[in-house]
Amino acid sequence: MGHHDEYIVHRSKIFTPAFFGLLAVVIIGFYYIGVRFVEGIGAVTNLSDGYPWGIWITYDVATGTAFACGGYAVAILVYIMNNMKYHPLIRSAIVTSLFGYSLAGFSVVLDLGRYWNMYGFFMPNRWQPNSVLFEVALCVMTYTLVLAIEIAPAFLERLIYSEKKRFMTIKKAARWIYPRLDKALIFFVVLGITLPTMHQSSLGSMFIIAESKMHPLWHTGLLPLLFLINCIFIGYSMVIFESTLSSVGFRRNLETREIAGLSKIIPILAAAWLGVRFYDLINRGHLADAFAGDFHSWMFLGELLLIAGGAFILSWRAYRNSPRMVFIAAIMLVIGGGWYRFNVYLIGYDPGAGWKYFPSLPEFMITLGLISFEILGYIVFVKLFPIMPKPHKVHNPGVESPVK
Amino acid sequence: MKNSSRRDFLKLTGLGAASLMASTASASEGVKLGENDVGMFYDATKCVGCKACVAACKRVNDMDAVPAPNDEDRLWDAPGKLDYRTRNIIQLYKEDEETWSYVKHQCMHCVKPGCVSACPVTAMMKDERGIVYYDKDKCIGCRYCQIACPFVIPKFEWPKAFPKIVKCDLCKFTNLKEKGIPACCEVCPTEAVIFGKRSDLLAEAKRRMETEPEKYQEKIYGEHEIGGTNVIYLAPQKVNFAQLGFPELETHSYAAFSENIQHTIYKGFIAPVALYSLLTFVAIRNRKKNDGSEDEE
Ligand code: SF4
Ligand code: SF4
Ligand code: SF4
Repeated sequence: MGHHDEYIVHRSKIFTPAFFGLLAVVIIGFYYIGVRFVEGIGAVTNLSDGYPWGIWITYDVATGTAFACGGYAVAILVYIMNNMKYHPLIRSAIVTSLFGYSLAGFSVVLDLGRYWNMYGFFMPNRWQPNSVLFEVALCVMTYTLVLAIEIAPAFLERLIYSEKKRFMTIKKAARWIYPRLDKALIFFVVLGITLPTMHQSSLGSMFIIAESKMHPLWHTGLLPLLFLINCIFIGYSMVIFESTLSSVGFRRNLETREIAGLSKIIPILAAAWLGVRFYDLINRGHLADAFAGDFHSWMFLGELLLIAGGAFILSWRAYRNSPRMVFIAAIMLVIGGGWYRFNVYLIGYDPGAGWKYFPSLPEFMITLGLISFEILGYIVFVKLFPIMPKPHKVHNPGVESPVK
Repeated sequence: MKNSSRRDFLKLTGLGAASLMASTASASEGVKLGENDVGMFYDATKCVGCKACVAACKRVNDMDAVPAPNDEDRLWDAPGKLDYRTRNIIQLYKEDEETWSYVKHQCMHCVKPGCVSACPVTAMMKDERGIVYYDKDKCIGCRYCQIACPFVIPKFEWPKAFPKIVKCDLCKFTNLKEKGIPACCEVCPTEAVIFGKRSDLLAEAKRRMETEPEKYQEKIYGEHEIGGTNVIYLAPQKVNFAQLGFPELETHSYAAFSENIQHTIYKGFIAPVALYSLLTFVAIRNRKKNDGSEDEE
């Protein structure tokens, strides 16, 4: 897998106005995080015994990790479907995945009331394999580690190709590790495909147990399957979204060829998802609820129209040739897919009369702060390490080292 | 041979889907009623609303008082609902002079408890007598037990920096241990709430219902709900269980359903390991192919 010459460091200034804008949001977020640890979760959130999980779990964990499924989704294409043309996309996708999952992990720690007892996850006598959350937690922790290993070659390349004369021993070590890691990497890569398959479906299973509190439009034994397909099409859409954005933001050429390929796959997945969704609603006899015209049916239609709409656009060759339409469709699919997860985790969840939830300002600010932190990290990261796909135009491999 | 690997993958996805569907079809396997399960039986027609049980519960379990809104001297404990300071509450449902009833709420001690099934670190446990209890030293505060409980019973100490979960544990470590009876049942002056073996309590409830059928709702709440609960209820004829704040639940256990699906996917870790092996096989074969011919696509 010696494809290091496919990637380059994005050379440009780190401290841009955007950097400071994001930093400001990060600081506000971290202020409230401080308040949370000093005064308790109740002091910063609108959570209650009826709604014990709010946007931190719903967005940062359940939705954020789906948005971070680019690495997973592209890895399936490259390593399992053997479609090497997507290889150049994989590093930036894995970096986003790493940031997305780290953010999710960090939010979980904020959300855990008794975070100091977390070591219990490493004590087999406390393991509770019946618990869906147990499976999700272990899987997500391991996967984050795997992502870090998958991105390690970028670090090493940076070291190896750096022209500075200092740190010669480290450089030597990096040179020693690199080829060995490169050989073993495939086993981590495959782990990086197995683990998300497991925990993304389990994120759906999470609400199976809350049957009596769930709206029938969203409660089904097929939740794990729906969540799994959902995260894969979100993953591809997210890759399109990011690569379009970074080509605009970083003034790079668009990876048109890869994007066109992805936009062909997405409608197939979305159609499969819609198929399962409708099969299930009909099977359980709840199709009528979907069009009842009440609040929940609107929420259902929202999720449905965005996903079906995005997929519809991408199923036309003429639209697939227009970067703008592809970008719009990708956004629709990301939002629609995320909306579905919100519907399961919050909107379709009703603990009974008397309970209400709408996130508080600090709750929003903490989530925004963490998202900004993620974007900030990404922007800085690609400017330091060879992550971005090398533009197609420059066609003299071997002449340029990935890092100058 | 790009296609063959694609086929492998599709086959695999299909397999996963099929096993999921199968598990959906064969919902909950048997929920086992413990021979020695103990519980409580509350007969709403006997309760006089004195709240002695609320006070006793707080006293023996060392719970904080909940001052009334205009009680500036903080003299009275006046909880209105269950929360982190109150494991047990008496509430009044009243439509008119004829149609009213008291009701006692606390943990139902489900036969197949959702909270226990949900807890990732075994901080919620069920003992050999069917008592569902909590260990704060294991709890990570994830609150999945709150999501999983159909009765919204586990409460969380929201205002505290170092919070814990609070719920009725049948006085497992206090009154039951010392006196062999939960505090609320011990102090009740009218025996509206009594303690005993679930089977005895159920027989007693049926006896009362048969001797005075005009007095009661035609249902013992907790007999069959979500596979049964160890705390059971009788309600007066004029007021139904929904009005008393009990959700209408099905007879299968949601926890068992969830565990079924989880087990179908993860039984013995066979499926994940198989998936991993298959994917490794495919990925390595692909790599070999690519190493042979450097030109991609
Ligand atoms: S009522 Fe709720 S807290 Fe009590 S045992 Fe059942 S699921 Fe657990
Ligand atoms: S909050 Fe505590 S008791 Fe409840 S599920 Fe989480 S770890 Fe278990
Ligand atoms: S059994 Fe004990 S803890 Fe439970 S409500 Fe009665 S007094 Fe309170």
